[in-house]
Amino acid sequence: MSKNANVVELEDVVVKFVGDSGDGMQLTGTLFSELAAFGGNDLATFPDFPAEIRAPHNTIAGVSGFQIHVGKRKIYTPGDMCDILVAMNPASLKANLKWVKYGATIVLDENNFEGKAITKAGYQENPLEDGSLRDYNVVSAPITDLTKDSLKNQEIDKKFAVRTKNMFALGIVVYLFNQDVKRAVKLVERKFGKKPEIFEANKTVLTAGYKYAKSLETIQTIYKVDAAPMEKGRYRNITGNVATAWGLLAASEKSGRPFFLGSYPITPATEILMELSIHKSLGAKVFQAEDEIAGICSAIGASFAGSFAATTTSGPGLSLKSEAIGLAVMTELPLVIVNVQRGGPSTGLPTKSEQSDLLQSLYGRNGECPVIVIAASSPANCFYYAYLASKLSMEHMTPVIMLTDGYLGLGSELLKIPKVKDLPKIKPPLAKPNEPDYKPYKRDENTLVRKWAIPGTDGLRHRVGGLEKTNIDGNVSTDPLNHQLMVKLREEKVKRVQDFIPEQNVVGEESGDLLVIGWGGTEGALISTVKRMQEENYKISLAHFNYIMPLPKNTKKILSNFKKILVCELNMGQFVNYLKINFPEFHYHQYNKVQGLPFHVNELTEVFKNILEEDKNA
Amino acid sequence: MLEKKRIDKSPVELTKKDFVSDQMVKWCPACGNHAILTAVQKVFPEIGYKKENFCLVSGIGCSSRFPYYVDTYGFHGIHGRAAAIASGVKIANTELSLWVATGDGDSMAIGGNHFIHLIRRNIDINILLFNNQVYGLTKGQYSPTTPRGGITKTSPQGTIEHPFNPAGLVMGSQGTFFARVLDNNVKMMSDVMYEAAKHDGTSVVEILQNCVIYSDQAFANIASKEVRDEAQLRLEHEKPMIFGKNMDKGIVLSGNKLRVVTIGENGVKEEDILIHDQYKKDPGIHRMLGRMHPPKYPIALGVIRSAPFNTYDRLMSEQIETAQKSSSIKCVDDLLNSGDTWEIE
Repeated sequence: MSKNANVVELEDVVVKFVGDSGDGMQLTGTLFSELAAFGGNDLATFPDFPAEIRAPHNTIAGVSGFQIHVGKRKIYTPGDMCDILVAMNPASLKANLKWVKYGATIVLDENNFEGKAITKAGYQENPLEDGSLRDYNVVSAPITDLTKDSLKNQEIDKKFAVRTKNMFALGIVVYLFNQDVKRAVKLVERKFGKKPEIFEANKTVLTAGYKYAKSLETIQTIYKVDAAPMEKGRYRNITGNVATAWGLLAASEKSGRPFFLGSYPITPATEILMELSIHKSLGAKVFQAEDEIAGICSAIGASFAGSFAATTTSGPGLSLKSEAIGLAVMTELPLVIVNVQRGGPSTGLPTKSEQSDLLQSLYGRNGECPVIVIAASSPANCFYYAYLASKLSMEHMTPVIMLTDGYLGLGSELLKIPKVKDLPKIKPPLAKPNEPDYKPYKRDENTLVRKWAIPGTDGLRHRVGGLEKTNIDGNVSTDPLNHQLMVKLREEKVKRVQDFIPEQNVVGEESGDLLVIGWGGTEGALISTVKRMQEENYKISLAHFNYIMPLPKNTKKILSNFKKILVCELNMGQFVNYLKINFPEFHYHQYNKVQGLPFHVNELTEVFKNILEEDKNA
Repeated sequence: MLEKKRIDKSPVELTKKDFVSDQMVKWCPACGNHAILTAVQKVFPEIGYKKENFCLVSGIGCSSRFPYYVDTYGFHGIHGRAAAIASGVKIANTELSLWVATGDGDSMAIGGNHFIHLIRRNIDINILLFNNQVYGLTKGQYSPTTPRGGITKTSPQGTIEHPFNPAGLVMGSQGTFFARVLDNNVKMMSDVMYEAAKHDGTSVVEILQNCVIYSDQAFANIASKEVRDEAQLRLEHEKPMIFGKNMDKGIVLSGNKLRVVTIGENGVKEEDILIHDQYKKDPGIHRMLGRMHPPKYPIALGVIRSAPFNTYDRLMSEQIETAQKSSSIKCVDDLLNSGDTWEIE
C-alpha cells in the first residue's frame, strides 16, 4: 500500500483507450463508459477504428481507439483533447499524442515499448527514453507481464491470457477514477457470465490491475467526477445508428404499419441494417438487397404494398438511390432514406465524418424533385428524428431524407428512455375499402396529401408509376399545363410541412452580436462553445437546425435579430448557400472544415472571438 | 381455380372483362404484346383470386406499359428495377399474386442484377419476360439477347456481343421455374401462365415476342407455319419429348448430351424417348432443354422447369413467427428497456 494520493474533483474528463486492432479497446471503452453511467455521470463516446479489419500488427494503420467524455454536467461531445490516454503499444501512442492535453496522464504497457514495435510505429527511438513524454504524467507499467503473472494459477491458454491485458489497463483506470472495482467486476460478469472461465480470467486481471495501480508510487493524483444533475428517469447508453433503427421501429408500431427495410451494407450506416435484422420479433421485415438501388426500390415496393418502409445508406449509396427517390416523389409514397454521411466525394473517407451530402439531399435528382430533409444532431436524438422523419413521411405521403453522420452514428450518449405512448401519434392517410370516388391523386385540401390505397383492399385498384400523371385521376399524361400543376403541387405539398414542424429555437438571447448557425451533427461542439462564451458575457447565440427542407417558419425572423451571422459546417458551405438562396437579404460569414474531423471547442472559440473582434476593430 | 393458402379467392366468378382497364392500349398494331395482354386477361379469372389480390409491376420499355392495361393494382417503375420493386411488394404483402412484366433489355441489361438475385432468392413472383431481341421503346438498339451479328441502329455492322440465353441465365441463377412460349399462341401462353402462378417461387415465363417494327420475324425460324412442327418441342409433364410433323422425332439422352432421334430408325423405339419431368429438382436435363435451338434441335416450349423449393417470403414469415414466439421483446417499449439500463432518482 502506498501514499495518500490526492483526489482531484473535476467537472469533466476525457479518457481514450488506444491499442492495436485486436487489443480489445472497444470493449474496454464500453465497459468504462457503462461504469461511469452507472455512477451517474453524463457521457458521450466515440469509437475510432481503422477501415481495415486487421491492419498489420503494431502499425499506425492498425490503431483502434475508444474515447469517452464523462462529466458532472451535461456532456455534448465525446471531447476534443484527452486528460487520460491509455496506450497499449507505440503505434497507438504515436497516432494519438496530438490529442492529449499538456500534463495529461498517459498509461502505457511498457512491455510493448521495445524492439520492432517501436520502429514499426515510426519512432526512431523509444519514446519512453527519448524525453518526448516529459510533459506528461506517465504511468509506465509492464501490463503484459503482470497480466500473465496474475493468471499463472489459472489453467488457461497463454495466448488467451495475453488477450486479457485490456482488463489490466481497465483496472488501472478504474483506480485512477476512484471508481468502485466491484461494480466493474459486475459489468464484466454481465459480458462474460455465460462463459465462467473467461469471466474468471477477466475478473482476476481487472482486479490485479486495480491493486497494482493502488500500490503504485508514481500515481500521485486520482480523479473524481461527481454524478451529473440529470432529469429523473430510466436511462441507457445508445449509439446514433441504434437510436435511428429504434426510432424507425417505434414509428412503425405507432402508425400500425408493418416495418420494411431494404438496404445494402455501407460504412458507417451498416449498424442500422444489422440492428434492425435482429428485431424480427417486432415483425420487422429486413431485406438485405443486392445493391443500393435494389435497397431503395424494394422499399418503394413495400411502401406501395402498405408497409412503412425505409432504406439506409451513406453518401455513395445516396448517389445510387437518386433515380429511385424521384420515383418515390412521383408516386407520392412514404419512404425514409437515412443517410449516415461520411467524407466524400466518391468513396472518400469511409470511416470519417462530414456534412457534405446536404446539397445532394436537397437537389441531387433529375427534375423538380422536392423532398423533406431533416438532420439529427446527437446520437440520442437520432431516435426522435428518425421517428419524426417517419411521421412526416407517412402523414405527408412523401419521401424524407434523414441526415446523420458517422460521428453521430457510431458515437454514443445517454438516452432518457421514452415511453412509446408519450410519442406523438402517427396517422397515415389510409384509404378505406370501397371508398367512394377514390382517385389516386385526389388530395387533401390543406396538406395536398393523397391517400394511401393498399393493394389487396377492395375497390381501390389503381396504377401509379414514374411517368407524370394527371392530378386526381392519375392517368399517364404529357399535358403541359397538367405537368406544371403537378410540379407545383409536389413542391407546395413539401412546403406546407412547415405548418407541422416546430419553430426554430435559439440557444441564448433572441438578439445579439453574433448568431452562430449550425445543422446536424455539429451541435455538441457548437453548443458547448456558445454556452462557454455566453458565460463569459459574449452576446452570442446559437440556432442549430434540424429541419432543413422546409426550414422552420421563424428562420428569417431569427436571422434579422443579430449583427453578424456565422454558419459553421463540416463542408465547403452547403447550408450557408442554401440560406443565401432562401434569404439573400442577409450577409453571412462562414466557417468550414473538411478534414474528416469534428469541430473542437477551442477551435470554434477562437473563430467566434475573431469574428466578434473584427467588429470592435471596424 | 388455383388454391394458394394465403391469397383470397374471388367470391364471384370473374371474366376477362373484369381485367380490362379503361386505358387506351398504345402498342403498335400487330405487336405481339396484344396477344400477351389477352392471355393475361384470360388466365387471371381462371386463377380465380379476388381482383384486388392481383398486382402487376413493371420497369421501363414497351412491355412495361402493361400494368396500365390490366384493371388490377399496378406499379410502373423505373429502368430495370421491376424485380427489385416487386421483391419489396411481395415480401411486404404475401397475400398478393404478383406479376412482373419486363423486356429483354429491362430485365437482362439495366436490371440484370435484380433479375438474377430475385431468381436466386425464389420470392413468389411471376415474371413475364417479353423477349423480342431488341430495344423497342428507344427505337431499335441491340439488346442482351440480340443474336451475334444482328444489325440494329447501334450495331450497323452487326453486334459483336454474345447474347444471353434467358433459360441458361435463369437456371444458372438457381431458378426454380422456367417456361418458354411464343406470342402467337394465346392458349399455350395462358396455360403456362397458370402453371407459373401455381409454382411457389420465382417463375420466369420467356415469351418470344415479335416486334413488328424493329425485329420483325426474329422468330420466323421457329414460329412460321412452314417450320414450326419440326422446330418446336412442346413439353408436357410426364409425356415423352416427341415432335415433328409426323410426331416421329424425339429427344434421347445420349451420354451427357441430348440428341434428336427418329422413332423407327436405327432401332429407336418410342419408349427410348425421354419423359419430361418438370418437377425434377436436379436442373441437369432442364438446362439442356433450355439451351436447345434450331437447326440442330427443336426449341423447347412449355414448362421446362418447375422444381419445388422453399420460397424467400415463406422462410421470412417463418423466421418472424419463430422470433415472435421466442423473443422477450414484444414491443418497442420492451426494446427501449432491454439490456443495460438504470434509474436516476
